[in-house]
Amino acid sequence: MLVVEKNALSEEIESYIEKYGNDRSALLMILHEIQKKHRHISEFAQQEVARLLNIHPVEVYSVISFFAFLNSNPKGRNLVRICQTISCDMKGKKQVVQAIERELGIKIGETTKDNKFTVEYANCLGLCDMGPAMAINDQVYVNLTPEKAVELLSKVK
Amino acid sequence: MQNHLEVKLGEKKDRKGPVIFSEYKRGEAIKKALSMSREDILFELKDSKLKGRGGAGFPTSTKWMLTAAAKAEKKFIICNADEGEPGTFKDRVLLMEYPELVFDGMVVGGYTIGAQLGIVYLRGEYEYLLKPLEDYLEEMRKDNLLGKNILGKEGFDFDIEIVLGSGAYVCGEETALIESLEGHRGEPRNRPPYPINTGFLGRPTSVNNVETLAAVSHIVVKGGKWFAKFGTDKSSGSKLFSVSGDCEKPGVYELPWGTKVSELLKIVGAKNAKAVQIGGASGHCIPKSQFDRALAYEDVPTGGSVMIFNENRDMLHVLKNFMEFFVDESCGQCTPCRIGNVKLLEGVEMIEKGQYTFAHINKLKELGRTMQLASKCGLGQSSPNPFISILENFKDEIFNRGNGGRNGR
Repeated sequence: MLVVEKNALSEEIESYIEKYGNDRSALLMILHEIQKKHRHISEFAQQEVARLLNIHPVEVYSVISFFAFLNSNPKGRNLVRICQTISCDMKGKKQVVQAIERELGIKIGETTKDNKFTVEYANCLGLCDMGPAMAINDQVYVNLTPEKAVELLSKVK
Repeated sequence: MQNHLEVKLGEKKDRKGPVIFSEYKRGEAIKKALSMSREDILFELKDSKLKGRGGAGFPTSTKWMLTAAAKAEKKFIICNADEGEPGTFKDRVLLMEYPELVFDGMVVGGYTIGAQLGIVYLRGEYEYLLKPLEDYLEEMRKDNLLGKNILGKEGFDFDIEIVLGSGAYVCGEETALIESLEGHRGEPRNRPPYPINTGFLGRPTSVNNVETLAAVSHIVVKGGKWFAKFGTDKSSGSKLFSVSGDCEKPGVYELPWGTKVSELLKIVGAKNAKAVQIGGASGHCIPKSQFDRALAYEDVPTGGSVMIFNENRDMLHVLKNFMEFFVDESCGQCTPCRIGNVKLLEGVEMIEKGQYTFAHINKLKELGRTMQLASKCGLGQSSPNPFISILENFKDEIFNRGNGGRNGR
Protein backbone atom coordinates (compact mmCIF):
# COMPACT_ATOMS: atom_id res chain seq x y z
CA MET A 1 0.00 0.00 0.00
CA LEU A 2 1.40 3.38 -0.98
CA VAL A 3 1.85 6.08 1.64
CA VAL A 4 -0.59 8.36 -0.18
CA GLU A 5 -3.17 5.58 -0.17
CA LYS A 6 -2.65 5.05 3.53
CA ASN A 7 -3.08 8.74 4.20
CA ALA A 8 -6.22 8.88 2.13
CA LEU A 9 -7.67 5.91 4.00
CA SER A 10 -6.78 7.44 7.35
CA GLU A 11 -8.53 10.64 6.38
CA GLU A 12 -11.54 8.72 5.21
CA ILE A 13 -11.79 6.84 8.49
CA GLU A 14 -11.39 10.07 10.44
CA SER A 15 -14.36 11.48 8.56
CA TYR A 16 -16.45 8.47 9.67
CA ILE A 17 -15.36 9.06 13.26
CA GLU A 18 -16.57 12.62 12.90
CA LYS A 19 -19.92 11.39 11.63
CA TYR A 20 -20.52 8.54 14.08
CA GLY A 21 -18.42 9.56 17.08
CA ASN A 22 -15.39 7.95 18.69
CA ASP A 23 -17.25 5.66 21.04
CA ARG A 24 -16.93 1.96 20.44
CA SER A 25 -20.67 1.81 19.71
CA ALA A 26 -19.89 3.55 16.41
CA LEU A 27 -17.79 0.59 15.26
CA LEU A 28 -20.44 -1.28 13.28
CA MET A 29 -21.44 1.74 11.19
CA ILE A 30 -17.80 2.71 10.57
CA LEU A 31 -16.94 -0.81 9.41
CA HIS A 32 -20.03 -0.79 7.25
CA GLU A 33 -18.93 2.41 5.50
CA ILE A 34 -15.43 1.08 4.85
CA GLN A 35 -16.80 -2.23 3.61
CA LYS A 36 -19.21 -0.46 1.30
CA LYS A 37 -16.55 1.69 -0.29
CA HIS A 38 -13.66 -0.75 -0.52
CA ARG A 39 -15.51 -4.10 -0.54
CA HIS A 40 -13.23 -5.25 2.27
CA ILE A 41 -11.63 -3.94 5.44
CA SER A 42 -7.87 -4.16 5.09
CA GLU A 43 -5.45 -4.78 7.92
CA PHE A 44 -4.35 -1.17 7.79
CA ALA A 45 -7.96 0.05 7.95
CA GLN A 46 -8.54 -2.18 10.96
CA GLN A 47 -5.53 -0.69 12.73
CA GLU A 48 -6.66 2.83 11.98
CA VAL A 49 -10.18 2.19 13.25
CA ALA A 50 -8.74 0.62 16.39
CA ARG A 51 -6.40 3.55 16.96
CA LEU A 52 -9.15 6.13 16.56
CA LEU A 53 -11.60 4.26 18.77
CA ASN A 54 -8.86 3.48 21.29
CA ILE A 55 -9.34 -0.28 21.24
CA HIS A 56 -7.06 -3.14 20.29
CA PRO A 57 -6.96 -4.04 16.57
CA VAL A 58 -7.85 -7.62 17.37
CA GLU A 59 -11.15 -6.37 18.77
CA VAL A 60 -11.92 -4.87 15.39
CA TYR A 61 -10.88 -8.06 13.64
CA SER A 62 -13.04 -10.16 15.94
CA VAL A 63 -16.12 -8.14 14.99
CA ILE A 64 -15.28 -8.38 11.28
CA SER A 65 -14.86 -12.13 11.48
CA PHE A 66 -18.20 -12.46 13.25
CA PHE A 67 -20.40 -10.83 10.63
CA ALA A 68 -21.17 -12.41 7.27
CA PHE A 69 -21.23 -9.07 5.45
CA LEU A 70 -17.84 -7.87 6.66
CA ASN A 71 -14.58 -9.31 5.38
CA SER A 72 -10.89 -8.57 5.64
CA ASN A 73 -9.89 -10.12 2.32
CA PRO A 74 -10.61 -8.32 -0.94
CA LYS A 75 -13.56 -9.46 -3.03
CA GLY A 76 -14.69 -8.65 -6.54
CA ARG A 77 -15.90 -5.18 -7.46
CA ASN A 78 -19.49 -6.35 -7.42
CA LEU A 79 -20.89 -8.66 -4.83
CA VAL A 80 -23.70 -10.97 -5.90
CA ARG A 81 -25.61 -12.73 -3.12
CA ILE A 82 -28.18 -15.37 -3.92
CA CYS A 83 -30.71 -16.34 -1.28
CA GLN A 84 -30.36 -20.02 -0.42
CA THR A 85 -33.14 -20.39 2.13
CA ILE A 86 -36.02 -22.74 1.56
CA SER A 87 -38.66 -20.43 0.00
CA CYS A 88 -36.25 -19.26 -2.70
CA ASP A 89 -34.90 -22.80 -2.97
CA MET A 90 -38.38 -24.10 -3.82
CA LYS A 91 -38.87 -21.42 -6.47
CA GLY A 92 -35.77 -22.45 -8.40
CA LYS A 93 -32.68 -21.03 -6.73
CA LYS A 94 -30.58 -23.95 -7.94
CA GLN A 95 -31.28 -23.26 -11.61
CA VAL A 96 -30.46 -19.57 -11.16
CA VAL A 97 -27.19 -20.41 -9.44
CA GLN A 98 -26.21 -22.94 -12.10
CA ALA A 99 -26.92 -20.43 -14.88
CA ILE A 100 -24.76 -17.80 -13.19
CA GLU A 101 -21.97 -20.30 -12.57
CA ARG A 102 -21.98 -21.35 -16.23
CA GLU A 103 -22.12 -17.80 -17.53
CA LEU A 104 -19.33 -16.42 -15.32
CA GLY A 105 -17.26 -19.59 -15.41
CA ILE A 106 -16.85 -19.77 -11.64
CA LYS A 107 -18.34 -21.74 -8.79
CA ILE A 108 -20.38 -20.13 -6.06
CA GLY A 109 -18.10 -18.57 -3.44
CA GLU A 110 -15.49 -17.62 -6.05
CA THR A 111 -14.44 -14.40 -7.76
CA THR A 112 -14.12 -13.96 -11.53
CA LYS A 113 -10.62 -13.58 -12.96
CA ASP A 114 -11.26 -9.98 -14.02
CA ASN A 115 -12.27 -9.27 -10.42
CA LYS A 116 -15.65 -8.04 -11.56
CA PHE A 117 -17.91 -10.40 -9.61
CA THR A 118 -17.86 -12.35 -6.39
CA VAL A 119 -20.82 -14.71 -6.15
CA GLU A 120 -22.01 -16.01 -2.80
CA TYR A 121 -24.94 -17.60 -1.08
CA ALA A 122 -26.82 -15.57 1.51
CA ASN A 123 -29.21 -16.72 4.18
CA CYS A 124 -32.80 -15.48 3.94
CA LEU A 125 -32.89 -12.05 2.30
CA GLY A 126 -36.45 -11.46 3.49
CA LEU A 127 -37.93 -11.60 0.00
CA CYS A 128 -39.55 -15.01 0.38
CA ASP A 129 -42.80 -13.97 -1.33
CA MET A 130 -40.93 -12.97 -4.49
CA GLY A 131 -38.28 -15.65 -4.82
CA PRO A 132 -35.86 -16.54 -6.14
CA ALA A 133 -34.12 -13.40 -5.00
CA MET A 134 -30.60 -12.05 -5.22
CA ALA A 135 -28.75 -8.93 -4.22
CA ILE A 136 -26.20 -7.19 -6.41
CA ASN A 137 -24.31 -4.89 -4.03
CA ASP A 138 -27.03 -3.01 -2.11
CA GLN A 139 -29.85 -3.49 -4.63
CA VAL A 140 -32.17 -6.49 -4.67
CA TYR A 141 -33.75 -8.36 -7.54
CA VAL A 142 -36.73 -10.67 -7.29
CA ASN A 143 -38.81 -13.19 -9.25
CA LEU A 144 -35.71 -14.32 -11.08
CA THR A 145 -35.40 -16.86 -13.85
CA PRO A 146 -32.01 -18.24 -14.90
CA GLU A 147 -32.16 -16.11 -18.05
CA LYS A 148 -33.21 -12.95 -16.21
CA ALA A 149 -30.49 -13.34 -13.57
CA VAL A 150 -27.76 -13.61 -16.21
CA GLU A 151 -29.20 -10.65 -18.09
CA LEU A 152 -29.11 -8.53 -14.92
CA LEU A 153 -25.47 -9.43 -14.36
CA SER A 154 -24.59 -8.48 -17.92
CA LYS A 155 -25.86 -4.94 -17.21
CA VAL A 156 -23.53 -4.48 -14.25
CA LYS A 157 -20.43 -2.43 -14.93
CA MET B 1 -42.34 -8.81 -14.63
CA GLN B 2 -40.37 -6.18 -12.74
CA ASN B 3 -37.22 -7.71 -11.24
CA HIS B 4 -35.67 -4.76 -9.48
CA LEU B 5 -37.24 -4.05 -6.10
CA GLU B 6 -37.85 -0.32 -6.05
CA VAL B 7 -38.38 1.42 -2.76
CA LYS B 8 -41.02 4.11 -2.60
CA LEU B 9 -41.22 4.71 1.09
CA GLY B 10 -44.71 5.16 2.49
CA GLU B 11 -46.43 4.09 -0.73
CA LYS B 12 -49.03 1.56 0.31
CA LYS B 13 -50.22 -1.42 -1.61
CA ASP B 14 -53.87 -2.31 -1.34
CA ARG B 15 -53.74 -4.03 2.04
CA LYS B 16 -56.63 -4.77 4.34
CA GLY B 17 -56.57 -5.65 8.00
CA PRO B 18 -58.44 -4.96 11.21
CA VAL B 19 -55.64 -3.31 13.21
CA ILE B 20 -52.23 -2.68 11.69
CA PHE B 21 -53.51 -1.93 8.19
CA SER B 22 -56.41 0.21 9.44
CA GLU B 23 -56.59 3.97 8.95
CA TYR B 24 -53.78 6.00 10.54
CA LYS B 25 -52.33 9.47 10.01
CA ARG B 26 -48.68 10.25 10.65
CA GLY B 27 -48.04 11.83 14.04
CA GLU B 28 -51.52 10.99 15.38
CA ALA B 29 -50.25 8.67 18.11
CA ILE B 30 -47.52 11.10 19.20
CA LYS B 31 -50.02 13.93 19.54
CA LYS B 32 -52.43 11.79 21.53
CA ALA B 33 -49.69 10.30 23.71
CA LEU B 34 -48.25 13.69 24.63
CA SER B 35 -51.66 14.75 25.90
CA MET B 36 -51.76 11.73 28.20
CA SER B 37 -49.75 10.89 31.30
CA ARG B 38 -47.17 8.12 31.11
CA GLU B 39 -49.25 5.98 33.47
CA ASP B 40 -52.32 6.31 31.28
CA ILE B 41 -50.39 5.06 28.26
CA LEU B 42 -49.21 2.08 30.28
CA PHE B 43 -52.80 1.39 31.38
CA GLU B 44 -53.99 1.46 27.77
CA LEU B 45 -51.25 -0.98 26.85
CA LYS B 46 -52.22 -3.20 29.75
CA ASP B 47 -55.84 -3.17 28.60
CA SER B 48 -54.74 -4.10 25.09
CA LYS B 49 -52.87 -7.16 26.39
CA LEU B 50 -50.37 -6.62 23.59
CA LYS B 51 -47.58 -9.18 23.52
CA GLY B 52 -44.25 -8.84 21.76
CA ARG B 53 -44.58 -9.70 18.07
CA GLY B 54 -41.06 -11.00 17.54
CA GLY B 55 -42.11 -14.45 18.64
CA ALA B 56 -41.35 -14.67 22.34
CA GLY B 57 -44.60 -12.95 23.29
CA PHE B 58 -43.56 -11.01 26.38
CA PRO B 59 -46.28 -8.51 27.45
CA THR B 60 -45.28 -5.08 26.12
CA SER B 61 -46.92 -3.17 28.98
CA THR B 62 -44.81 -5.08 31.53
CA LYS B 63 -41.61 -4.47 29.60
CA TRP B 64 -42.29 -0.76 29.35
CA MET B 65 -43.43 -0.49 32.94
CA LEU B 66 -40.19 -2.07 34.17
CA THR B 67 -38.06 0.11 31.91
CA ALA B 68 -40.00 3.20 32.97
CA ALA B 69 -39.52 2.30 36.63
CA ALA B 70 -35.76 1.78 36.29
CA LYS B 71 -33.85 4.77 37.55
CA ALA B 72 -31.15 6.09 35.22
CA GLU B 73 -30.01 9.28 33.56
CA LYS B 74 -30.26 7.80 30.12
CA LYS B 75 -32.58 5.16 28.71
CA PHE B 76 -32.98 3.71 25.27
CA ILE B 77 -35.68 2.20 23.13
CA ILE B 78 -34.52 -0.12 20.39
CA CYS B 79 -36.55 -1.20 17.40
CA ASN B 80 -35.51 -4.71 16.48
CA ALA B 81 -35.64 -4.69 12.67
CA ASP B 82 -33.24 -7.61 12.34
CA GLU B 83 -35.83 -10.05 11.07
CA GLY B 84 -33.66 -12.92 9.95
CA GLU B 85 -36.03 -15.80 10.51
CA PRO B 86 -36.39 -17.69 7.24
CA GLY B 87 -39.78 -16.94 5.72
CA THR B 88 -40.31 -13.65 7.57
CA PHE B 89 -40.63 -10.38 5.69
CA LYS B 90 -43.43 -8.48 7.45
CA ASP B 91 -41.01 -5.93 8.91
CA ARG B 92 -39.77 -5.12 5.42
CA VAL B 93 -43.35 -4.39 4.38
CA LEU B 94 -44.04 -2.35 7.52
CA LEU B 95 -40.90 -0.25 7.17
CA MET B 96 -41.41 0.25 3.45
CA GLU B 97 -45.12 1.01 3.43
CA TYR B 98 -45.97 2.05 7.00
CA PRO B 99 -42.87 3.77 8.44
CA GLU B 100 -45.12 6.26 10.28
CA LEU B 101 -46.58 3.50 12.46
CA VAL B 102 -43.16 2.20 13.49
CA PHE B 103 -41.49 5.54 14.16
CA ASP B 104 -44.52 7.03 15.93
CA GLY B 105 -44.61 3.92 18.11
CA MET B 106 -40.97 4.51 18.97
CA VAL B 107 -41.58 8.12 19.95
CA VAL B 108 -44.52 7.02 22.12
CA GLY B 109 -42.25 4.41 23.69
CA GLY B 110 -39.54 6.98 24.29
CA TYR B 111 -42.04 9.24 26.01
CA THR B 112 -43.49 6.43 28.12
CA ILE B 113 -40.26 4.93 29.41
CA GLY B 114 -38.36 8.21 29.54
CA ALA B 115 -35.79 7.53 26.81
CA GLN B 116 -33.95 10.23 24.89
CA LEU B 117 -32.77 8.09 22.01
CA GLY B 118 -34.35 5.42 19.86
CA ILE B 119 -32.21 3.12 17.75
CA VAL B 120 -33.47 1.12 14.80
CA TYR B 121 -31.31 -1.96 14.31
CA LEU B 122 -31.89 -2.59 10.62
CA ARG B 123 -30.67 -5.87 9.20
CA GLY B 124 -27.85 -5.58 6.67
CA GLU B 125 -29.96 -7.34 4.04
CA TYR B 126 -32.30 -4.32 4.06
CA GLU B 127 -29.56 -1.83 3.32
CA TYR B 128 -31.63 -0.46 0.43
CA LEU B 129 -34.08 0.88 3.04
CA LEU B 130 -31.44 2.83 4.98
CA LYS B 131 -31.35 6.00 2.90
CA PRO B 132 -35.13 6.29 2.39
CA LEU B 133 -35.74 5.74 6.11
CA GLU B 134 -33.14 8.33 7.07
CA ASP B 135 -34.80 10.81 4.72
CA TYR B 136 -38.10 10.00 6.38
CA LEU B 137 -36.64 10.70 9.83
CA GLU B 138 -35.35 14.02 8.51
CA GLU B 139 -38.91 14.92 7.49
CA MET B 140 -40.10 14.03 10.97
CA ARG B 141 -37.47 16.33 12.47
CA LYS B 142 -38.69 19.18 10.24
CA ASP B 143 -42.23 18.68 11.51
CA ASN B 144 -41.03 18.55 15.13
CA LEU B 145 -42.15 14.95 15.53
CA LEU B 146 -38.54 14.34 16.54
CA GLY B 147 -35.99 16.61 18.15
CA LYS B 148 -36.31 19.03 21.04
CA ASN B 149 -39.58 19.77 22.83
CA ILE B 150 -41.57 17.55 20.48
CA LEU B 151 -44.86 19.13 19.40
CA GLY B 152 -44.34 21.81 22.01
CA LYS B 153 -44.12 19.36 24.89
CA GLU B 154 -41.68 21.06 27.20
CA GLY B 155 -38.75 18.87 28.15
CA PHE B 156 -39.51 15.95 25.85
CA ASP B 157 -36.46 15.52 23.60
CA PHE B 158 -36.24 12.40 21.53
CA ASP B 159 -34.44 11.35 18.39
CA ILE B 160 -34.09 8.19 16.34
CA GLU B 161 -31.02 6.83 14.60
CA ILE B 162 -30.57 3.80 12.40
CA VAL B 163 -27.76 1.29 12.76
CA LEU B 164 -27.18 -1.30 10.10
CA GLY B 165 -26.55 -4.92 11.03
CA SER B 166 -24.19 -7.01 8.99
CA GLY B 167 -25.79 -10.33 8.27
CA ALA B 168 -26.00 -12.22 11.53
CA TYR B 169 -29.24 -14.04 12.36
CA VAL B 170 -28.34 -14.32 16.05
CA CYS B 171 -28.41 -10.52 16.40
CA GLY B 172 -32.21 -10.74 16.40
CA GLU B 173 -31.78 -12.00 19.95
CA GLU B 174 -32.03 -8.84 22.04
CA THR B 175 -28.83 -9.15 24.09
CA ALA B 176 -26.81 -10.15 21.00
CA LEU B 177 -28.30 -7.14 19.25
CA ILE B 178 -27.17 -4.89 22.10
CA GLU B 179 -23.69 -6.45 22.09
CA SER B 180 -23.30 -5.71 18.38
CA LEU B 181 -24.64 -2.16 18.86
CA GLU B 182 -21.91 -1.64 21.44
CA GLY B 183 -19.28 -2.66 18.89
CA HIS B 184 -18.71 -6.23 20.01
CA ARG B 185 -19.29 -9.59 18.38
CA GLY B 186 -23.00 -10.29 18.37
CA GLU B 187 -22.93 -12.98 21.00
CA PRO B 188 -25.86 -13.26 23.40
CA ARG B 189 -25.34 -12.33 27.04
CA ASN B 190 -26.31 -14.26 30.09
CA ARG B 191 -29.70 -13.23 31.39
CA PRO B 192 -30.40 -11.89 33.98
CA PRO B 193 -29.63 -9.03 34.08
CA TYR B 194 -32.24 -8.17 31.47
CA PRO B 195 -32.01 -5.20 29.12
CA ILE B 196 -34.86 -3.49 30.98
CA ASN B 197 -32.32 -2.44 33.60
CA THR B 198 -28.92 -3.31 32.10
CA GLY B 199 -29.18 -2.87 28.36
CA PHE B 200 -27.39 -0.74 25.80
CA LEU B 201 -24.26 0.76 27.42
CA GLY B 202 -25.49 -0.65 30.72
CA ARG B 203 -28.60 1.58 30.71
CA PRO B 204 -32.24 0.54 30.91
CA THR B 205 -33.31 -0.42 27.41
CA SER B 206 -36.54 -1.64 25.89
CA VAL B 207 -36.10 -3.76 22.78
CA ASN B 208 -39.29 -4.07 20.75
CA ASN B 209 -40.18 -5.70 17.48
CA VAL B 210 -41.15 -3.52 14.50
CA GLU B 211 -44.68 -4.88 14.49
CA THR B 212 -45.11 -4.35 18.26
CA LEU B 213 -44.28 -0.66 17.85
CA ALA B 214 -46.66 -0.37 14.91
CA ALA B 215 -49.43 -1.88 17.07
CA VAL B 216 -48.65 0.59 19.87
CA SER B 217 -49.39 3.52 17.55
CA HIS B 218 -52.88 2.17 16.88
CA ILE B 219 -53.50 1.31 20.53
CA VAL B 220 -52.64 4.81 21.70
CA VAL B 221 -55.04 6.37 19.20
CA LYS B 222 -57.90 3.89 19.37
CA GLY B 223 -57.58 2.52 22.90
CA GLY B 224 -56.51 -0.74 24.49
CA LYS B 225 -60.05 -2.07 24.73
CA TRP B 226 -60.57 -1.62 21.00
CA PHE B 227 -57.40 -3.61 20.31
CA ALA B 228 -58.33 -6.41 22.72
CA LYS B 229 -61.64 -6.89 20.86
CA PHE B 230 -59.72 -8.70 18.13
CA GLY B 231 -58.13 -12.09 18.48
CA THR B 232 -58.57 -14.51 21.37
CA ASP B 233 -58.53 -14.05 25.11
CA LYS B 234 -54.87 -14.97 25.56
CA SER B 235 -53.72 -13.56 22.22
CA SER B 236 -55.24 -10.16 21.66
CA GLY B 237 -55.23 -8.19 18.45
CA SER B 238 -54.09 -9.29 15.05
CA LYS B 239 -50.88 -10.61 13.57
CA LEU B 240 -49.03 -10.07 10.34
CA PHE B 241 -48.25 -13.35 8.65
CA SER B 242 -45.49 -13.61 6.08
CA VAL B 243 -46.69 -16.32 3.75
CA SER B 244 -44.41 -17.99 1.23
CA GLY B 245 -43.91 -21.30 -0.48
CA ASP B 246 -46.47 -23.35 -2.41
CA CYS B 247 -49.49 -21.07 -2.68
CA GLU B 248 -51.09 -18.83 -5.27
CA LYS B 249 -50.83 -15.56 -3.37
CA PRO B 250 -47.73 -15.30 -1.20
CA GLY B 251 -47.31 -12.06 0.76
CA VAL B 252 -48.11 -10.36 4.04
CA TYR B 253 -51.56 -10.91 5.54
CA GLU B 254 -53.06 -9.37 8.62
CA LEU B 255 -55.37 -11.82 10.40
CA PRO B 256 -56.75 -11.90 13.91
CA TRP B 257 -55.07 -14.28 16.33
CA GLY B 258 -56.94 -17.54 16.59
CA THR B 259 -57.23 -18.00 12.84
CA LYS B 260 -57.00 -21.68 11.95
CA VAL B 261 -54.14 -22.91 9.78
CA SER B 262 -56.66 -24.28 7.29
CA GLU B 263 -58.42 -20.89 7.03
CA LEU B 264 -55.12 -19.18 6.32
CA LEU B 265 -54.29 -21.75 3.65
CA LYS B 266 -57.63 -21.06 1.99
CA ILE B 267 -57.08 -17.30 1.96
CA VAL B 268 -53.65 -17.57 0.34
CA GLY B 269 -54.79 -20.17 -2.19
CA ALA B 270 -52.71 -23.11 -1.06
CA LYS B 271 -54.00 -26.27 -2.67
CA ASN B 272 -52.71 -29.74 -1.82
CA ALA B 273 -50.48 -28.52 1.01
CA LYS B 274 -49.07 -31.40 3.03
CA ALA B 275 -47.15 -29.42 5.61
CA VAL B 276 -46.82 -25.90 6.94
CA GLN B 277 -43.74 -24.65 8.73
CA ILE B 278 -44.93 -22.11 11.27
CA GLY B 279 -42.58 -19.74 13.02
CA GLY B 280 -39.75 -20.05 10.50
CA ALA B 281 -36.85 -22.47 10.57
CA SER B 282 -36.85 -22.44 14.36
CA GLY B 283 -40.61 -23.07 14.48
CA HIS B 284 -42.67 -26.19 14.15
CA CYS B 285 -43.73 -28.21 11.16
CA ILE B 286 -47.46 -28.90 11.15
CA PRO B 287 -48.69 -31.84 9.06
CA LYS B 288 -52.03 -31.94 7.26
CA SER B 289 -53.71 -33.79 10.12
CA GLN B 290 -53.21 -30.76 12.38
CA PHE B 291 -54.39 -28.03 10.01
CA ASP B 292 -57.32 -27.29 12.32
CA ARG B 293 -54.99 -25.89 14.95
CA ALA B 294 -55.19 -22.18 15.71
CA LEU B 295 -52.48 -19.58 15.21
CA ALA B 296 -52.25 -18.09 18.71
CA TYR B 297 -49.83 -17.94 21.62
CA GLU B 298 -51.82 -20.66 23.39
CA ASP B 299 -51.81 -23.11 20.46
CA VAL B 300 -49.28 -22.51 17.67
CA PRO B 301 -47.25 -19.42 18.62
CA THR B 302 -45.38 -17.69 15.84
CA GLY B 303 -43.46 -14.59 14.90
CA GLY B 304 -45.43 -14.67 11.67
CA SER B 305 -43.51 -16.89 9.27
CA VAL B 306 -45.69 -19.35 7.37
CA MET B 307 -44.03 -21.55 4.76
CA ILE B 308 -46.19 -23.93 2.79
CA PHE B 309 -45.05 -27.22 1.28
CA ASN B 310 -47.16 -29.14 -1.22
CA GLU B 311 -47.45 -32.89 -1.82
CA ASN B 312 -44.40 -33.01 -4.09
CA ARG B 313 -41.91 -31.53 -1.67
CA ASP B 314 -39.23 -33.67 -0.12
CA MET B 315 -39.43 -32.92 3.60
CA LEU B 316 -35.94 -34.24 4.25
CA HIS B 317 -34.62 -31.66 1.78
CA VAL B 318 -36.54 -28.98 3.68
CA LEU B 319 -35.07 -30.15 6.96
CA LYS B 320 -31.57 -30.20 5.50
CA ASN B 321 -31.98 -26.61 4.31
CA PHE B 322 -33.03 -25.54 7.82
CA MET B 323 -30.16 -27.35 9.52
CA GLU B 324 -27.63 -25.87 7.09
CA PHE B 325 -29.05 -22.49 8.03
CA PHE B 326 -28.49 -23.10 11.75
CA VAL B 327 -24.97 -24.45 11.28
CA ASP B 328 -24.21 -21.25 9.37
CA GLU B 329 -25.83 -18.94 11.87
CA SER B 330 -24.89 -20.42 15.23
CA CYS B 331 -22.61 -17.85 16.84
CA GLY B 332 -20.42 -20.59 18.30
CA GLN B 333 -20.33 -19.19 21.79
CA CYS B 334 -21.97 -22.12 23.59
CA THR B 335 -21.20 -25.77 22.96
CA PRO B 336 -24.68 -27.33 22.68
CA CYS B 337 -25.58 -25.05 19.78
CA ARG B 338 -22.18 -24.92 18.05
CA ILE B 339 -21.67 -28.69 17.97
CA GLY B 340 -25.25 -29.86 18.28
CA ASN B 341 -26.42 -28.28 15.05
CA VAL B 342 -23.52 -29.82 13.13
CA LYS B 343 -24.38 -33.24 14.53
CA LEU B 344 -28.04 -32.86 13.60
CA LEU B 345 -27.10 -31.85 10.07
CA GLU B 346 -24.80 -34.87 9.81
CA GLY B 347 -27.73 -37.02 10.88
CA VAL B 348 -29.89 -35.59 8.09
CA GLU B 349 -27.14 -36.30 5.58
CA MET B 350 -26.87 -39.88 6.83
CA ILE B 351 -30.58 -40.38 6.25
CA GLU B 352 -30.23 -38.82 2.82
CA LYS B 353 -27.59 -41.38 1.89
CA GLY B 354 -29.42 -44.21 3.59
CA GLN B 355 -26.53 -44.80 5.96
CA TYR B 356 -28.15 -44.48 9.35
CA THR B 357 -29.33 -46.55 12.24
CA PHE B 358 -32.47 -45.80 14.20
CA ALA B 359 -30.40 -46.05 17.37
CA HIS B 360 -28.30 -43.13 16.15
CA ILE B 361 -31.30 -41.07 15.02
CA ASN B 362 -32.92 -41.55 18.42
CA LYS B 363 -29.70 -40.42 20.10
CA LEU B 364 -29.79 -37.30 17.90
CA LYS B 365 -33.37 -36.56 18.95
CA GLU B 366 -32.19 -36.81 22.53
CA LEU B 367 -29.32 -34.47 21.69
CA GLY B 368 -31.89 -32.06 20.25
CA ARG B 369 -33.80 -32.08 23.52
CA THR B 370 -30.54 -31.46 25.39
CA MET B 371 -29.85 -28.48 23.13
CA GLN B 372 -33.31 -27.10 23.91
CA LEU B 373 -32.43 -27.16 27.59
CA ALA B 374 -28.74 -26.32 27.60
CA SER B 375 -28.24 -23.70 24.90
CA LYS B 376 -27.61 -20.17 26.00
CA CYS B 377 -30.06 -18.32 23.79
CA GLY B 378 -33.15 -18.84 21.69
CA LEU B 379 -31.19 -19.94 18.63
CA GLY B 380 -29.87 -23.18 20.06
CA GLN B 381 -32.98 -23.66 22.17
CA SER B 382 -35.19 -23.69 19.10
CA SER B 383 -32.98 -24.98 16.28
CA PRO B 384 -33.72 -28.64 17.12
CA ASN B 385 -37.48 -27.95 16.68
CA PRO B 386 -37.61 -28.69 12.93
CA PHE B 387 -35.36 -31.74 13.35
CA ILE B 388 -37.64 -33.22 15.98
CA SER B 389 -40.98 -32.17 14.47
CA ILE B 390 -40.21 -33.05 10.83
CA LEU B 391 -38.69 -36.45 11.63
CA GLU B 392 -41.66 -37.21 13.86
CA ASN B 393 -44.44 -35.99 11.59
CA PHE B 394 -43.03 -37.27 8.30
CA LYS B 395 -41.29 -40.45 9.39
CA ASP B 396 -43.17 -42.62 6.88
CA GLU B 397 -42.03 -40.48 3.99
CA ILE B 398 -38.49 -39.96 5.25
CA PHE B 399 -37.61 -43.48 6.37
CA ASN B 400 -39.21 -45.10 3.30
CA ARG B 401 -37.01 -43.20 0.89
CA GLY B 402 -35.77 -45.08 -2.11
CA ASN B 403 -38.67 -47.52 -2.29
CA GLY B 404 -39.80 -46.04 -5.59
CA GLY B 405 -42.86 -44.35 -4.14
CA ARG B 406 -43.88 -40.79 -4.83
CA ASN B 407 -41.57 -39.38 -2.22
CA GLY B 408 -39.03 -42.14 -2.38
CA ARG B 409 -36.26 -40.37 -4.15
